[in-house]
Amino acid sequence: MLDMLPTLLGGAWVTVELTFWSTLIGALCSFAFGIGRLSGNPVVKSVSVAYIEVFRGTSLLVQMFWIFFALPLMGVSLSPMTAGIAALSLNIGAYGAEVVRGAIQAVPKSQYEASRALNFTSWQALWYVALPQALPEMLPPFGNLAVQNLKDTALVSLITLSDLAFRAESLRNLTQKSTEIYGMTLLIYFALALVLTAVMKVLEKRIGRWKAGGGR
Amino acid sequence: MLFGYHWDLTSNWTFALSILPILLHGMLVTIEATLLGFFIAAVLGLVFAVLRGSPTRLISYPVAFIVEFFRDTPLLVQLYFLYFVLPNYGILLPAFMTGAVALGIQYSAYTSEVYRAGIEAVSRGQTEASRALNLSRADTFTRIILPQAVPRIIPALGNYLISIMKDVPVLSVVTVLEMLNVAKIIGDRTFQYLIPLTMVGGLYLLLTLFASFLVRALDTRLPKRGIPLK
Repeated sequence: MLDMLPTLLGGAWVTVELTFWSTLIGALCSFAFGIGRLSGNPVVKSVSVAYIEVFRGTSLLVQMFWIFFALPLMGVSLSPMTAGIAALSLNIGAYGAEVVRGAIQAVPKSQYEASRALNFTSWQALWYVALPQALPEMLPPFGNLAVQNLKDTALVSLITLSDLAFRAESLRNLTQKSTEIYGMTLLIYFALALVLTAVMKVLEKRIGRWKAGGGR
Repeated sequence: MLFGYHWDLTSNWTFALSILPILLHGMLVTIEATLLGFFIAAVLGLVFAVLRGSPTRLISYPVAFIVEFFRDTPLLVQLYFLYFVLPNYGILLPAFMTGAVALGIQYSAYTSEVYRAGIEAVSRGQTEASRALNLSRADTFTRIILPQAVPRIIPALGNYLISIMKDVPVLSVVTVLEMLNVAKIIGDRTFQYLIPLTMVGGLYLLLTLFASFLVRALDTRLPKRGIPLK
C-alpha cells in the first residue's frame, strides 16, 4: 500500500500547482470583473456582467470540455495544463467577482462622499479608500472559494492531466485496490484543504489589521 | 444515432436542430439526478445538523469531523470511491443511484450548515419565552423555532439545488448519460464538438437562470416572520 504513496504524492504536487495558479489568476479575474461590474462605462459593465453570468450559470466541467475539446476547432489549441488552469480560474473568478462587488458595495456611502469632498478621482477613491476597507471583508469568502477551487482541480483529470485524481484512477486500473487508493486520495485532498484553510486564516489575520479603526 | 434520433450533418443549423432532442433527453437525466441528489442532501443534512447540535460530545465531535471531511474532498473522488469501493462490500447500486448518492453526500455538508445557521438565527429570547410559557422542548422546536427558521433556510437550500445541477456533469465519469455526456458522445461520433458543447452551455444557462428565478420568486413569497405550521 505504501509503495503507491509516492505516485499519489507526485499527483498531489500537480494538484497543488494547479490550485496555486488558478487561485491566483482567479483572484485577478475577480478584481478585474468585480470592479468592472461597478464601472460607469457601459461596455466594461456589460462585458463584466456577461462574463459573470456565463461562468456562474454553466457547469465547470462543461466550460473545461468546451475549452479543451471545442476551442481547438476554432483554431485555438491549448495544452491540458493551460486549458485546465484557464477553465478553473475563469470559473472561480466569476464567483470571486461577486464577492469583490459585494464587499465594495458594502463600504458605507459616506466614505465615497468624503473622498469626493477631498477631490479624489474615482480611481483614487477606489484604491485608497474603498479597497483597503473592502479587502478584509472579502477574505473569508475567498477562503471558501480557494477550497472550492482545490476540490474543482480534480476535474482536470478528465482532460488527461496527471493530477492526484488521475493517478488514483490509473493506480486502481493497475492494482484494483480501490479501497486503499481512494481512501488515501481522499485523505490527501482533505489534508491539502486543511493546509489551504490555515494559510487563508493567516492571511485573514494579517489583512484584518487594515479594518477601520485597526492598527491594533 | 442516439436514443433513436439521427443527426443531420448537411449544415451547422440542421445539425444543431437534429441533436436538440438528444440533448433534451440528457437534460431530463440531469434534472432527475439534481432532484434526487438534492433530496438526499436535504435529508442527510438535517440529520447531520441535528446530530451536530447534540449536547453529547461523543456524537457532535465525530459528526462535525465527518461533515468537514465531506465538504473538503472533491465530488469526483467521492464518486469514484462509492462507485468502485462499495461493490467490494456487496453494495451494488446502478450508476445513476451512485451518482445521486455522491451528490447527496457532498452537499449534505453544505445543507447541514444551512439548517444550523437558520436555527441559530432565531433569537434566543424565543426559546426562553417558550420555556416561560411551559412549552415542552419538542413543542418549542417544532412550533416556535422551526416555523421562523424555514424562511431563512429555503432560499439557501435553493441555491444549493442550483449548485448540484451544475455538478451533475461529473456523474458522466461513471457512465451516467446526462447532458454533457450525451454531447461528448455526439462529438466523439461526428468529430463536431463545438456545436453540441456550446448548446449544452446554452441549455445550462437557461436552466440555472430559470432555477434562480424560481428561488428568488419563492424567497419573496415566503412570509419573513415565519410560516404557521399546522
